[in-house]
Order: sequence, then structure tokens, then C-alpha cells
Amino acid sequence: MAGSTHASPIADVVVPLEGRPRHISPGYEVWRKFRRHRMAVASIGVLTLLTAAVLFGPLIWRIPINEIDFTARLAHPSWDHPFGTDDLGQDLLARMLYGGRISLAVGFAAMAVAIIVGVLIGAISGISRGSVDAALMWITDLFLALPQLPLLLLVIYLFRDFLKNWVGPEGGVFILIVLVIGAFRWMPVARLVRAQFLSLREKEFVEAARALGATTPRLVIRHILPNSLGPVIVAGTIDVAAAIIAESTLSFLGLGFPPDIPTWGRLLFDAKDYLDIAPHWALFAGAAIFLTVLTINFIGDGLRDALDPRRVM
Amino acid sequence: MQERELRDLIADVKTGRMSRRSFVQQMIAVGLTAPMAGMMLAQSGVAMAQTAIPYKPTKAGGGGLLKILYWQAVTLLNPHFAVGTKDQDGARVFYEPLAGWDQEGNLVPVLAAEIPSKENNGLTEDGLSVVWKLKKGVKWHDGMPFTADDVVFNWEYARNPETAAVSIASYKDAKVDKIDDFTVRVTFSKPTPFWADAFVGTYGMIIPKHLFADYIGGKSRDAPANLKPVGTGPYVFVDFKPGDIVRGKLNPNYHMPNRPYFDTIEIKGGGDAVSAARAVLQTGEYDYAWNMQVEDEILTKLEGAGKGKVSIVETGNIEFIMLNSTDPAAEVDGERASVKTKHPLFSDPAVRQAINLLIDRASIEKFIYGRTASATANFLNAPAKVRSTNTKFEFNIEKANAILEAAGWKKGGDGIRAKDGKPLRFVYQTSINAPRQKTQAIIKQACQKAGIDVELKSVVASVFFSSDAANPDTYTHFYCDAQMYNTTMTQPDPGFFMNQYLSWRAANKENKWQGRNVSRWQNKEYDEIYKQAEQELDAVKRAAMFIKLNDLVVTDNYIQPLLRRPKVSAVAGNLTVPLSGWDNDLWQIANWYRET
Repeated sequence: MAGSTHASPIADVVVPLEGRPRHISPGYEVWRKFRRHRMAVASIGVLTLLTAAVLFGPLIWRIPINEIDFTARLAHPSWDHPFGTDDLGQDLLARMLYGGRISLAVGFAAMAVAIIVGVLIGAISGISRGSVDAALMWITDLFLALPQLPLLLLVIYLFRDFLKNWVGPEGGVFILIVLVIGAFRWMPVARLVRAQFLSLREKEFVEAARALGATTPRLVIRHILPNSLGPVIVAGTIDVAAAIIAESTLSFLGLGFPPDIPTWGRLLFDAKDYLDIAPHWALFAGAAIFLTVLTINFIGDGLRDALDPRRVM
Repeated sequence: MQERELRDLIADVKTGRMSRRSFVQQMIAVGLTAPMAGMMLAQSGVAMAQTAIPYKPTKAGGGGLLKILYWQAVTLLNPHFAVGTKDQDGARVFYEPLAGWDQEGNLVPVLAAEIPSKENNGLTEDGLSVVWKLKKGVKWHDGMPFTADDVVFNWEYARNPETAAVSIASYKDAKVDKIDDFTVRVTFSKPTPFWADAFVGTYGMIIPKHLFADYIGGKSRDAPANLKPVGTGPYVFVDFKPGDIVRGKLNPNYHMPNRPYFDTIEIKGGGDAVSAARAVLQTGEYDYAWNMQVEDEILTKLEGAGKGKVSIVETGNIEFIMLNSTDPAAEVDGERASVKTKHPLFSDPAVRQAINLLIDRASIEKFIYGRTASATANFLNAPAKVRSTNTKFEFNIEKANAILEAAGWKKGGDGIRAKDGKPLRFVYQTSINAPRQKTQAIIKQACQKAGIDVELKSVVASVFFSSDAANPDTYTHFYCDAQMYNTTMTQPDPGFFMNQYLSWRAANKENKWQGRNVSRWQNKEYDEIYKQAEQELDAVKRAAMFIKLNDLVVTDNYIQPLLRRPKVSAVAGNLTVPLSGWDNDLWQIANWYRET
């Protein structure tokens, strides 16, 4: 086993081999370790369920998201409206399903942007020495020091109309939010990756590969990068949760999606004044955000344990 | 409503067949203000009523602390710089005008000894001057006497363009002379039918000459008293943190007997409308909260706690939708929405008419605003004597569909109507405020059913209502197809209110989008009638002209009124608060008291 210490080197010899040796692939090894983290496994189940619901739910639950029905205002959950209705009589289940698509898509897409940019910058800076490394780290520090909100306002004012004409109001805002959130969250990833690179490139297996004549790109892609991905995946899972919350913040400021697009953040914002009259309105949206963020964090936890080669289980 | 009908109504009030109150209400219904109605009655020989303001305490003080909550905090305390009502109210605790406007359009004297009239020789036949007699024995908080010099100084101070006072419009066309220590004469350059503007109400508060005389003009913003007011009001200044809190304590030398009732006063700022409502109605932490822009459903629920009640006072404020008459997409001479362009969709009257039919005003009133607004489609065409038929409006999707169909807008494959390759699709913006977003949703859905695609946009209120010339999202830029907001009558005279549709007042790049005509609506007839109304001395004839102006605006369907919005405040159960829709919330702060 990976880290177990034998009493003496010859102990290996006396172990009797039963049939052919069991081959354990690294992927299976990770899964085996991940499986031990019960909450992480349960979280995968819940997250899959949530994702499936928002992807396929609207195909089954066919009430339009903006059907106004004043006779059913603030209705409590019932068979007609399993999640109840809001104060215009709009069906909350339909709105939750539609909004979940956007909230989850924003979360995952923003994570992808943050990780891609972060890994790229971290890797370049970690493998190259001297001025390139210094310059890239200056840029990272610069981004960390930027005031986010004023810059966000500026970016949205500058590019909103252009993107709207290009891909429509919803698509434009989607691209903008994903890019903006991604652009503000890659710095921790870049630093993590750079730190990993700095330590890994001095390791013996890298030196061995270099001695065998591997080029720098091959060293990076085949040898160093796969070994440094553990912390990156963990950082990524946290980014998903952060992006969902950031989208809610933007909607709150009126900079997000148009006000009639019911993202989860928006639903919560609309419902907050009605907490004592119609608690169901806020509860379902709040629970959905809570569950998503919690499950993703658990999965991140499980992955960190599973991907850490020094950890013995 | 014609001049003759107005005269009939006034005759009814004279003979007592109609009450003063119902006359005022009818005038509000046709888009005029209570102060203007009061002026019409006064000119026609119906005396202003002596307003009885209820007040029971028999001695000053003993009321403890009065806690007032403003969810937009007071930022300065000089009434001549007070842009928003929050700042005006903050100043009103310490400063007072010569007179204020009550709910029925009566002038109520404060620092004036009496209200000018023809009987007391305060007014002249030619409408060129007013003589104000001042109350004697009034002292500033620092002990100096209040005299005519102070009043004259306020005119000099505010009319100086370098002082940059927001009250400049009330003072720049007048001339003020001191007759004796307690009498001033205001002389106008041309006959002025609405004489009670300078020194009255919101922009009429008087600041002391001895503290501001050195700070007239360019240095105006450096005056220490801008943040440490010394006034004549019922409370003496204690402490002020801009954007947070104003504190005052009882003025022992106040010029009205047995007032004020409270020993100390505190105006706390911050939070939002709903939490302010909660603090007064549900938890009882505060005694009064201003401007309750909250769904009625929530207010009713909070009132159920029994700690306080919602007070609703009629005003001239109207929530309305404005359709752009220019094209916000085309850029001409470096600006969008230039008056040289025409809107591609709304230039067709059929589209405007259809949109008018697609606004479900009844539901918006009933399900969103409740008691805090009343639906109005047409504040005009009012049949003379019955108010109820006035609020008649139509919501009819079939009719809208038929109108669009007849005008050649045919439905395409995606269900959106189009004509000459132009789809019926527009952007509709407003500020972020929950009732407004719901109104947007209701209108969008109705439009969808008629084959019109509406894209909703909401902008943070502090941006939307800012006067930032560089920000394209402000309501005055109007770089959008349609927008909705609440137009307030900041002045009691509708003359100022109605100049927002004059051709030459169009907001544009040249005037940094400060022009009052935001819709860029152009109408020669309107301009002509307005010019006549400016010169008209007869209050009744003038009122008839204003009604005609209103008529022109609304029937063209570029401007679509939705709701009349009264002044809504939350008041603690045991507090007596005389409010007026035509003056500041705190206009009678001296007369507030608590029932024990």
C-alpha cells in the first residue's frame, strides 16, 4: 500500500502471491478513497438529482414561469403548485427549475473560467524562472488588489449593450457574469498551481524525465500538472459556490439578469420581505442554494482527501 | 373641464352647496394641486379656511424622546441646498418658513403674523406684489431677534447663482424689500398669479442673516452653520452626523405657546423601506417612518401587531410610464434619443394606443399597491361633478390585438408582431423597487399575449435618479424605449410640474440631460397654451389652461399614467401627526404630540 512502511525490505519477498497481482489503476484508487467519505458520496447523489431536476424538470412540469394568476397569490404548497406561488400567483416550482439552470450554469462556467486562467498563469509562472514569473505574479497581485465592485460596474456599462446586440439580453448577461466572476477568482488558483510547480519541478521523477530528454511542455503536461491538480479541484469546487452567490449579489444590485428572470438569488431577494407571510417562497430557493453550495463543498472535501497521495487510508 | 365649469364649481363652494374639501379633491383629480385650488378659491372671494391643527398638551416638554426613522439618511441641514425631501425634512426641525401648505390647500402662517390677502392689503389687484407681515418676538436659537432683514437676506442668498441654491427658482424673478422691521414686500417682474412661492413651504425656510451673511455666493458651502443650524424652530440643534443621525432638544423660547411637546428629537437614517415599516409598526422601536414604498400586503400584516398605523395623505404624485418619442438606438450628433429622430415603433399611434389598453391598472392597484395608490388612466376628461367616473380605464387584450392587427402589425412565427420587418419588441426600464418590478411583470405578460415582446430592465435607484451626465442609465438620458417612475409635484404650483412637456425643455447633450422634458415629446399647441398660462392672472382661467395641457399630453398616449401615489408614512399608535401632501412631512413638527 502506498505509504505503509514495511518492517524490512525482505518482507516483500515472503508475501505469498495469490494468482496474478491485482492491478489498481490510479483512477480506481482515487474512487476507493473518495468512497470512504460518506458525505461526499451522498453529496454527489444530491447534486446529480438537483442537476437532473433543473435539466429535465421543465420538460415535465410545463407551467410557464411567468403565468400570472391573481386568484392563487402566495398560495402555500399544494398539488397544483408543489412549491406554492409568489405574490403574483406565479408557480414557484417552474421558476425554481428555470432559475436553477441559470444559477448552476453560471456556477460551473465561472469555475471553468477561473480554473483555466488560474492554471495557465500558475503553470507558466511556476515553470519559468526570473522575469516572466515575477511579472505574472505582479499581475496576480494587481488583480487581488483591484476593487471588484467599481470595476464590475465599469465592465458592465462598457460591454452590456455590445453583448446584448450580439447574443441577446440573457446570453449577453450570462457571458458577462461568467467572465467577470471568473476573472476575479483565478488568482488563488494561480498561486496554488505555482506553489505546486515550484516544489514538483525539483522532485526526482521530474529530474528523471528531464534526464531522459523530455521537453519542457512534455514535463509540464505529462508529469507536473497531473500531480498538482488536487488542490486546484478543491479550489474549483469552492469557486462554484462563490459564483452562485456572486450572481445573487449582482442581481441584487440590478446588474445581473433582467428582473423577470427568476434565478435562485433573485427569488430569494424577492421573497425576503414576505418571510412572515409566505415563508415557503424563500425557503425553497434558499434550500436549493444551501444544498448546492453544501454538496459541492463536501465533494471538494472528499476529493481533497482522495487526491492527496500522502494520505493513507 | 372648461373655465365655465370651474366657475360653476367655485360658485357652489361659495354658496355652500359643495364643501371646500370636495372641491379640492376634484381639482386634484383633474391634475391640479391643492394649493392651486386654494388660490383659485381665494381669488374668487372664498377665504382661506383657518386650519385647526389638533394639539392637546397644556405645557411645553414632558414628552420624552421622539424617534423618527428616514430610510434615506439626511445628508445636510441647509434648506437652500436640500435636494431631496429627506434633507428638507431634516432642516425643517430647526428652520421655519413664513407659511406652510395644509392638506386642503390653505396657507398656514408660521413665521408670518397673517396670510396676505386683499382684505389686509397684502395683495394688489395687478398681481405684481405681496406684502408679508412677520410675527413679532421670534428669536433665533442663539437669542438674536428674527426681523425683516433676515427675510430679505434669504432672497439675496438664494437668488445669487453662485450660491448654487436649489431654491433659486422661487427667488430669482422676484425683488424683496424691507418696509419696516416686521414687514417685507415681494415684487414680481410680471403679473404672478401664484404668489405664495418664495418664503413658503419646502423652499421657504428662513436662515439667519447674522450667521450666513459672510457666506453668500461662491463661499456658500463653507458656512459652519450648514452643518450646525441655528433656526427659529421648535427644536434646538444638538448633534448631526451626515448620512446617519440628527439630534435636537426642546427650544425653551419657541414662539408658539406650550410647544413643542417632546424634550428631545432624533432622526435616524439608513436601512430600507420595509425594515423602517417594521421598526414602527411591528416592533415599536421608532415613532415615525417616512415614505413607505412597500407592498400594502406587508404593511397590513405589520399593522396587525397593533403598535402603529399607516397614514395616507393625498398628493399630486403620479406613477406613470413614458414611451420614448425619439429613437434610443440611433446616434445623432453624439447623443442617442435625439429629438431629430423618431421612435421606430411608438411613432405609430396604434402601438401607443394598444399599450395603453394592455396596462392592467386595476390589478396593479389591487394586488400590489392596495391602499397606497389609486389607479388612474386619465386624470383629465373629468366629468365635472362626479369623481368616480374619472378613474375609468380599460384593460382589454382583444381590443389591443385588434388595433394592432388593423394597423398592419402581423404576428410572425415566434408569436411576435412585426411590420415592415420591424418586430414589436422594446426595452422597459425602471428603478429597483419591488412593487415596480411586479408592475413590470404584469405589463410584460399582457403585452406578450398581444404579440409584443418586452424586455425588462431595472436600475439601482441611486443611479436611475442621479443627475450624472456621464451615466447613460439615468432616467433623464432615457436611452431606452419605455420607462416608469413617479413624478412628484415638488412645488405647489402646477406651472413647474407642467413645464416638463415643453418642446424646448427636452433633455439632451447640450443641457447635460438636465432638461425637464425627458420624454422629448414635441407639441406646438402645448407650447402655445403654456406660454399663455404663464401670463394669465386669473386663477380660474389659468387652471382651465392647465387642464387642457394635461389633456393634450395624455390623449397622445406617449405618457401613460398608472397610479396616483399618496404620501404613505408609518406612525406609532399614540402619536398625533398632522401631515400634508403639499408640504414636508415635518412641516408641523411643533404640533406633534403623544396621547398618554
